Amino acid sequence: MTRKEPALRLQQIVKTFPGVRALDGVDFEVLPGEVHALLGENGAGKSTLMKVLAGMYQPNEGQIYIAGEEVTMTTPLDAKNQGVVLIHQELSLVPEMTAAENIYLGELPRKSFGRVDWKTLHARCDEILSRLKCRFSSDTVVAGLSIANQQMVEIARALTVDARVVIFDEPTASLTDAEKVVLFDIINDLKAQGVGIVYISHRMDEIFTLSDRITVLRDGSYRGTLVTAETDEDEVTRLMIGRSLDLSRNIKTPELGDVVLEVRGLSCAPSFSDVSFALRAGEVVGFYGLVGAGRTELAETLFGLRRPDGGTILIDGAEVATTSPQDAIARGISLVPENRKEQGLVLTMNCRDNMTLPQVGDLTAGPFVSSGAEIAIFDQYRDRLAIKTPSWRQLVGYLSGGNQQKIVIGKWLSMQPRVLIVDEPTRGIDVGSKAEIHNLLRELAAQGYAVIVISSEMPEVLHVSDRIIAMYHGKITREFSAAEVSEDALVQAISGLGNGTAA
Amino acid sequence: MAYLTRNALVRWLMQNPIWGFVLIVFIFFSLMTDHFFDLRNFQNILVQTSTIGLIALGMTLVMINGNIDLSVGATLALAAAFAVDVQGWAMFATWGSWQILPAVTLALLVGVVLGGLNGFIVWKTGVDAFIVTLGAMLGIRGLVFVYTGESSFYAMNFAYSDFSALKVGPLPVLALIFLLCTIAVHLLLSRTVHGRNSYAVGGNREAAVNAGIRVGPHMMVNFMIIGFLAALSGVLLSTQMGAATPNLGRDYELWVITAVVLGGTKLTGGKGDIIGTFGGVLAIGMLRNGMNLMQVPAFYVYVILGSILIAVLFLDKHFNRQAEGGLRL
Ligand SMILES: Nc1ncnc2c1ncn2[C@@H]1O[C@H](COP(=O)(O)OP(=O)(O)OP(=O)(O)O)[C@@H](O)[C@H]1O
Ligand SMILES: [Mg+2]
Repeated sequence: MTRKEPALRLQQIVKTFPGVRALDGVDFEVLPGEVHALLGENGAGKSTLMKVLAGMYQPNEGQIYIAGEEVTMTTPLDAKNQGVVLIHQELSLVPEMTAAENIYLGELPRKSFGRVDWKTLHARCDEILSRLKCRFSSDTVVAGLSIANQQMVEIARALTVDARVVIFDEPTASLTDAEKVVLFDIINDLKAQGVGIVYISHRMDEIFTLSDRITVLRDGSYRGTLVTAETDEDEVTRLMIGRSLDLSRNIKTPELGDVVLEVRGLSCAPSFSDVSFALRAGEVVGFYGLVGAGRTELAETLFGLRRPDGGTILIDGAEVATTSPQDAIARGISLVPENRKEQGLVLTMNCRDNMTLPQVGDLTAGPFVSSGAEIAIFDQYRDRLAIKTPSWRQLVGYLSGGNQQKIVIGKWLSMQPRVLIVDEPTRGIDVGSKAEIHNLLRELAAQGYAVIVISSEMPEVLHVSDRIIAMYHGKITREFSAAEVSEDALVQAISGLGNGTAA
Repeated sequence: MAYLTRNALVRWLMQNPIWGFVLIVFIFFSLMTDHFFDLRNFQNILVQTSTIGLIALGMTLVMINGNIDLSVGATLALAAAFAVDVQGWAMFATWGSWQILPAVTLALLVGVVLGGLNGFIVWKTGVDAFIVTLGAMLGIRGLVFVYTGESSFYAMNFAYSDFSALKVGPLPVLALIFLLCTIAVHLLLSRTVHGRNSYAVGGNREAAVNAGIRVGPHMMVNFMIIGFLAALSGVLLSTQMGAATPNLGRDYELWVITAVVLGGTKLTGGKGDIIGTFGGVLAIGMLRNGMNLMQVPAFYVYVILGSILIAVLFLDKHFNRQAEGGLRL
């Protein structure tokens, strides 16, 4: 055999949680200088496998070999000392601290008497951040950074050590295309230095451009390893979900109803200004733009979380002031927020309670909440969205990232809103469920709901929308109908090029 | 099958280590002292713990909601002072035993109003409940001294001071009130919309707001409930003593918080339940009672209770560490 010694090899790993067999005899290896993609549905066990690798979980059975030697890692620090670094799917930064303090958390450079050597710290961090082409300085407090930039801080952390293996768990879920390019450069750099890379993502295009090999997990068990150059998306998908996906785009000219929501000259400094559009029952409108274009803020204003400083909102032709979320909800507006962990979920509550949270007041029998009614709702949306959880009693904090997102979506779908706003709805969701959610949005529209989809993913916007509104720097730059849209025009519209909009 | 049920019990105990502890304490004192295992003594324990227990019920609500209330001891004292003083007012002189009614009503009202005030300030100013109620604790205690003129009030109506000796079957009436309140607050927390929303607000305030939950009113209601329970506790305590002293209820906030935390409620909010709190209250009650029977000097009791608090929380962390580690907080 002329094969290289794997940088890291896992053999027959088993990991169980109460009620869940998360990993069931999984084999996995990474060669030096290889990008090895790990694929699987939400809850397949990818993150769990990587946490075993990074010393955060102890496997119930199985062995871990690093450079050919069997090791046991009981803490993340052990793993780090062995050169294994994990970049988490869920951000794990200390929000009150600066980027630099987070990057060297626990290992701040010292001077005499244990004083922190701030100068060295900031010099080193600024160096790493500039390698990542980040435009903020290392003394920025993390809470003030956008999610994408927080992700960059997380990545910067991994670059502080001499790594043998770097694991990226869905690193691009909240990155823009430009940031992705930077990340891919970094990954290729590391690869050229002989570092083994594990790359987890639900985006096939990334996996096919980046990886050398692909390992597929399904329901916690090992499904096989493919050489990327010798396979295609269809084969991988079948391995992953057991069937092929029909991704054909179905633009039916929808039966449009009356205007449900109209916005005239809406402004909210400094996020967006003079925004006007109308939304009819039965249509899906996609808001496309770069991160920071003001789309999220617009959604939050419609949902009553922000006060506009000009303009009007009309629902069914009548001017309304939505001053609070409960106002908005009462008028039939729902918002699936961008950031599930901070804005969408109560992680200390179980799945059922999270799902019924906004409507629990209506699910009462006498003075008490009717558990039966709640479970009925939960079951319905668990089946519809294929949410993977051992039971409704499971705390949401124990679900896999994608399944957490599905709980948030289920929560607002079950409210049967008239206007459903979804902000990056499929972030971290596997291809099968993504198609399912897209179908669901279309289906809702067909039933007469009005849907707004905010997304930074062009294929998604193109796939689900009847109409696309492009935003740039807080202003609407252009509107396209699904029939006339071209990718080029869309890219121009969101970068402020063409059509007389100053760049 | 037997294995399964035993397993379920073990798991339940691991999630509620306080009840395992209650069991151990119970067996320990039953074996070690002659007078512990005795119906009389059990009645005693329930009566002794009812004052702290009532407030602990309210504290559980407030802490799950993400707040804390340090002013309960002072509120208790003020309510007790009102209850004892008002029944002696001249305008009720001809009311006979009915004079107790306006007195107790007013006392409970004082508790509700003070609690509501705490809640309102926390809601509207956004200042941390710890600070607000710390201020309230000092301020209300000051009012107690102003009101009582630094001396004690004595209840002249014997019906009032005899109340605590009443029994319903084998249950002393104070114990009965505590048990009924326990059940009521348990149902409120676990089965009603208000209870559910309290968990949500304490667990993740932003997500709760996004779900259309009005955070402020829920907080205020919980503060009013704890104010009511603190006042009720003050009234009951004053019936036991037949008097209200200005120092009544000192350090109670510490005992109460100890009991609630022992019962598994988290200071960070969003987690806890009444079953745990009830266990915490019983544990403290039995320890104080048992050590008293064993004639352990009072100061050692403090040392032992302090150590136990830390030990139980350590065990809790140990048993639940793996699970917590995986929680994507
Ligand atoms: N700490 C835990 N306690 C209980 N169950 C857990 C825990 N961590 C993970 N699980 C369960 O193990 C299974 C695998 O989860 P994991 O996070 O590894 O999935 P994943 O493949 O990373 O999914 P995603 O694509 O959604 O991120 C899921 O069913 C999840 O609910
Ligand atoms: Mg994952």
